[in-house]
Amino acid sequence: MREITYRQALNEALAEELERDPDVFLMGEEVAEYNGAYKVSQGLLERFGANRIIDTPISENGFAGMGIGAAMVGLRPIVEFMTFSFSLVAFDQVVNNAPNMLTMSGGQFNVPITFRGPNGPAHQLGATHSHATECLYANFPGLKICTPATPRDAKGLLKTAIRDDNPVLVLEAELLYSSKGMVEPPDEDLLIPLGQAEVKREGSDVSIICYAQTVPLALSAAQQLEEEDISAEIIDLRSIKPLDEQAIFNSVAKTHRVVIVEQDRPFCGVGAEITYRIQKNIFDELDAPVLRVSQEDVPMPYNERLEKAVLPNMERLMAAVKKVCYS
Amino acid sequence: MQPAERDEVEMLSLMLLLRRFEERASQQYQSQKIGGFCHLYIGQEAVVVGAAAATRPDDYFITAYRDHAHALVKGTSANACMAELFGKETGCSKGLGGSMHFFDRKNHMYGGHAIVGAHVPLGVGMAFASKYRREDRVTLCFFGDGAINQGAFHEALNLAALYKLPILFICENNLFAMGTSVKRSTSLKQIVDRAEGYDIPADIVDGMNFREVRDKMAEIVGSIRKEPHPAFIEARTYRYRGHSMSDPASYRTKDELEKYRLDDPIIRLRAQLTREGKLTNEQFDKIDREAKEAALASVKFAEESAEPPLEKLYDYTFVNGAKQ
Repeated sequence: MREITYRQALNEALAEELERDPDVFLMGEEVAEYNGAYKVSQGLLERFGANRIIDTPISENGFAGMGIGAAMVGLRPIVEFMTFSFSLVAFDQVVNNAPNMLTMSGGQFNVPITFRGPNGPAHQLGATHSHATECLYANFPGLKICTPATPRDAKGLLKTAIRDDNPVLVLEAELLYSSKGMVEPPDEDLLIPLGQAEVKREGSDVSIICYAQTVPLALSAAQQLEEEDISAEIIDLRSIKPLDEQAIFNSVAKTHRVVIVEQDRPFCGVGAEITYRIQKNIFDELDAPVLRVSQEDVPMPYNERLEKAVLPNMERLMAAVKKVCYS
Repeated sequence: MQPAERDEVEMLSLMLLLRRFEERASQQYQSQKIGGFCHLYIGQEAVVVGAAAATRPDDYFITAYRDHAHALVKGTSANACMAELFGKETGCSKGLGGSMHFFDRKNHMYGGHAIVGAHVPLGVGMAFASKYRREDRVTLCFFGDGAINQGAFHEALNLAALYKLPILFICENNLFAMGTSVKRSTSLKQIVDRAEGYDIPADIVDGMNFREVRDKMAEIVGSIRKEPHPAFIEARTYRYRGHSMSDPASYRTKDELEKYRLDDPIIRLRAQLTREGKLTNEQFDKIDREAKEAALASVKFAEESAEPPLEKLYDYTFVNGAKQ
């Protein structure tokens, strides 16, 4: 194991899969000559050439559809959105063409495509550039969605996504690109299955369910809570769809108290679905109502102080945990 | 078989099959055997049959929702097409796609796409794959005049030109996007000028004339095969029926319809072949009878086929068939 950044981990995943399979190629805005808007594709043009690392015009609808067409005839495109906020320009392609093709064709045309890029609010980018799209895409059958929070998960999930025969969205965490973590050496094939949550920290008093940018928040909350004699278990979903409900249920059966901290919005957010499943399946295990900490239901303000108030933060998370623990 | 060698009588038979198949489909729709939307191609047959005559079986076809004819010319059986309209498991999309979503991987029919313009980038992606793999296959991407004002269409043309992809864009201009005439939808005097904005070579053909369509397309497809590049054809044609089965087409006059009916692509090719001594009346009657019989038989086949089983509901959401 060695320590690398989340960005390097993604870069390694791309390079290894490009090396392994000649049908894999990467396309998107600024991925080649500019080395990626966030430098995730650094060095790939030089190594794999312009036939496989392809700069596109600012034309999300067009190049997302082009990727889907190439996937229909058997290539395995990786389409980078500079941010998933821009994927909304290609929404029709991502939700109508990619996931429907297999059903509409009676099983003849699968679409082995990976859409990847940063997702979720970053820092003072304003309302149009701060979308957390996981709850939108999770509503469409036929799409798989993962949300890595650590370099190891980023690498393992992206590699799995590229090899998956279905459309997969890898929603990366913009604020975590420079974060570091331990990852297996490059010569080991690191594949993390989609739909498998991970206990990032064991605990016994409360389960904090989190993903992507809320994982570091939940982990530091757990540290603070420890000082107050509250033992928090941190469940990192890693994938939104398929959802590892068993891992959630196992933890809830152990702690009987749940807080979901999510980076998306409250109305029809990911936490709403999880809350429903918990009360439906293991209602008797609960000692307190499930609480959610999500964004406020407003377009994202630019002002830094207001932005912090909109996002899930330590104060709101701690308050929610204490409420479910009645302490 | 080389395109030019494909027998013209055979191509006439194909046009008759499309015509007779859709006449039967229309009848079955009216008897409520077919659900959803159903858009008929009747009147436009010379375009897609001309394209079939100008291409190889392994060239890719992709089109919009008026797609029955495109599947039939690529080799999907009338039985599988009618069964799809009936929503049966023996349909070309196993009864899950319907009239607007005909697919046939084996015969290189890549759909049947129902969001106007949204499949044009898919066609570009298919052409990209051919170039990526150094194949000399050509993608034929069909769409109606309604698609040319969609953003996806413009983005797709730009990408195809930028990457020099082996694709022939075919605008089947039947003068109406649903009920809106080209004059009321498009700022240009002629549709073909859309291609000029992307430096894509473009031509106009008489879409009611099989030979003209075939010859022009064969020339363009040959040039694309030699050196990959996009090209554009505006095929001027006419649909005799409404936009869909529920459309009485009251936005156009009877005189206009009659004018085009006199120019019917089937009558025209028949007359040409008869004049040249390549087709007798008896032969024509025979191929027409065969087309009618195939259409009728497809109805019987569809009626007798089974519905897709409920247990398979989740089988096609993901490749592994697992419920998530």
